[in-house]
Amino acid sequence: MIRETTLRSRVFDATLLVVLLLIAFLCILPLWYTLAVSLSEKSAAAAGKVWLWPVGFNFNSYQQIIGDRSFFNSFWISIQRVVLGATITFIVTTMMAYPLSRSPREFRMRNVFMWILVFTLLFNGGLIPWYMTVKAIGLYDTIWALVLGGGVPVFNVILIVNYFRNLPKELDEAALVDGAGPWRMLITIYVPLAVPVLATVTLFTIVYHWNEFFHGLVLTSGQDHYPLQTLIQQFVVVIDSSNMTEDQYKRLNELSNQTLNAAKIFIAMLPVLVVYPFLQRFFIHGITLGSVKE
Amino acid sequence: MRNRTFIKHYYIMLLPGFVWLLLISIIPMFGIAIAFQDFNPGQGIWKSPWIGLENFEYMFSLNDTKTIFFNTVNIAVMKIGGNLIVPLIFAIMLNELRLMVIKRWVQTIVYLPHFLSWVILSGILLDVFSYTGPVNGLLHMLGIEPVLFFARADLFPFIVVGSDVWKEFGFNTIIYLAALTGISPSLYEAASIDGATRLRRIWHVTLPGLRTTIVLLAVLSLGNVLNAGFDQIFNMYNPLLYSTGDIIDTWVYREGLLNMQYGLATAVGLLKSVVSFVLIIISYLLASKFANYRIF
Repeated sequence: MIRETTLRSRVFDATLLVVLLLIAFLCILPLWYTLAVSLSEKSAAAAGKVWLWPVGFNFNSYQQIIGDRSFFNSFWISIQRVVLGATITFIVTTMMAYPLSRSPREFRMRNVFMWILVFTLLFNGGLIPWYMTVKAIGLYDTIWALVLGGGVPVFNVILIVNYFRNLPKELDEAALVDGAGPWRMLITIYVPLAVPVLATVTLFTIVYHWNEFFHGLVLTSGQDHYPLQTLIQQFVVVIDSSNMTEDQYKRLNELSNQTLNAAKIFIAMLPVLVVYPFLQRFFIHGITLGSVKE
Repeated sequence: MRNRTFIKHYYIMLLPGFVWLLLISIIPMFGIAIAFQDFNPGQGIWKSPWIGLENFEYMFSLNDTKTIFFNTVNIAVMKIGGNLIVPLIFAIMLNELRLMVIKRWVQTIVYLPHFLSWVILSGILLDVFSYTGPVNGLLHMLGIEPVLFFARADLFPFIVVGSDVWKEFGFNTIIYLAALTGISPSLYEAASIDGATRLRRIWHVTLPGLRTTIVLLAVLSLGNVLNAGFDQIFNMYNPLLYSTGDIIDTWVYREGLLNMQYGLATAVGLLKSVVSFVLIIISYLLASKFANYRIF
């Protein structure tokens, strides 16, 4: 970069800094506001008195959550889903990516499988056939509907394939000479070398499984089987007040509890906030390597 | 000899993935037969009567269909535009920032909303834009009457597009930033020796350097013209907003799964899948032709 010390350039730098900090600020403001509401007095939140600082600071809503059985039940379902989903996806996609990263000369069927994979990325049967198939194969209302119902993350497989293919061919030669088979090659050479891309897709899988709400809504029988996001979705959706009787409306107002909802929302985003900074350096590297090719 | 035993293991490695793919992705593709049936869940796909194109004829006679197709394209096109331009401007600004520590902090913060779900963000936004929320508080301070944002069909598409751009712009800058590192510093030096100001350097060096990336992203986004974002709209809308906010995916969910109009909803979904498929193929062909892009 060129160093410039003219006044004009300094003003440019200063303006830029202010604008960028403002933009960054705008990105966390809503999240910060939610935290402030969750720590406020119920009445102050309902009256719209909370801005950036809690009014009548208290932990009541968080204490209330501690006694909420369905919240913890859903939290536990989400944890199971993330652990199972991330583990299975990691194993299956890595195992798929290795043969598909071989050259067609080494593995003639490679292109056929690759095209099947890409076809499912481009075309799908749509919601209703998908829903009926998942039901028909007996996944409905099991944890496996949540873990497997989203299907194979084909794009992740392609990212890993591209990464594997860019590793130096000499490694293969050397391992072959030393008598390594395909499994050994995958586990002891390819996986350790592909840590950036594998960390990236694993982060994506974890975030996907943590955030996904729709499968919980349509593939489980009810609240007892909802993952956390589905549970939260149920009280977050706007309820139509246009054709509601006055009585119903009053009851709704009594039921809706802004500070409690804010606390639940905050707890639901906490794991992502905690995990994300650690994996950030990996995913930028991983995305750049997988998507920008020379 | 060695090759043959290797290939056997290759098949074993592919097996679990392709079984999973078959069950969740490929078998449902045959389920599109429902679109040509008077489907009855009691009789199932094998025994339900075939009715040819009746579902499609009925679909085109419905007013809903025109609305949802228009809304989908309307919202999706605005999103595509916003998600191309805002990250571009942001990436260029970030690139000009010289304080590396601040740059990294800003990046970390703006990527964050991408990783939060629409359930969470809708919950937050519904609160922020509510009648007693801070946005209306701000408007009140400026002397403007409070607005019931989520009861105004005319404003809804803009809320949807705005919040989507807000959520994704940081993440979308990553590709631009990667492309920016590829621009040779000597071009900037040459430009500054010729007396170009910072803005002129951005105009004559940075932007041309990003041209291929911009074109590539624009072409690839063509495939998303019928994807207006189910999760977001599903969590933000209500019946008051159907006229401008109901999209193909939300409609298919309501008519298909809730009102059990399986045949009709599958027909609408199929039309969407086919049009999207064609658009994606076109966009990939264009991308490989103009930017030498291949997905694998």
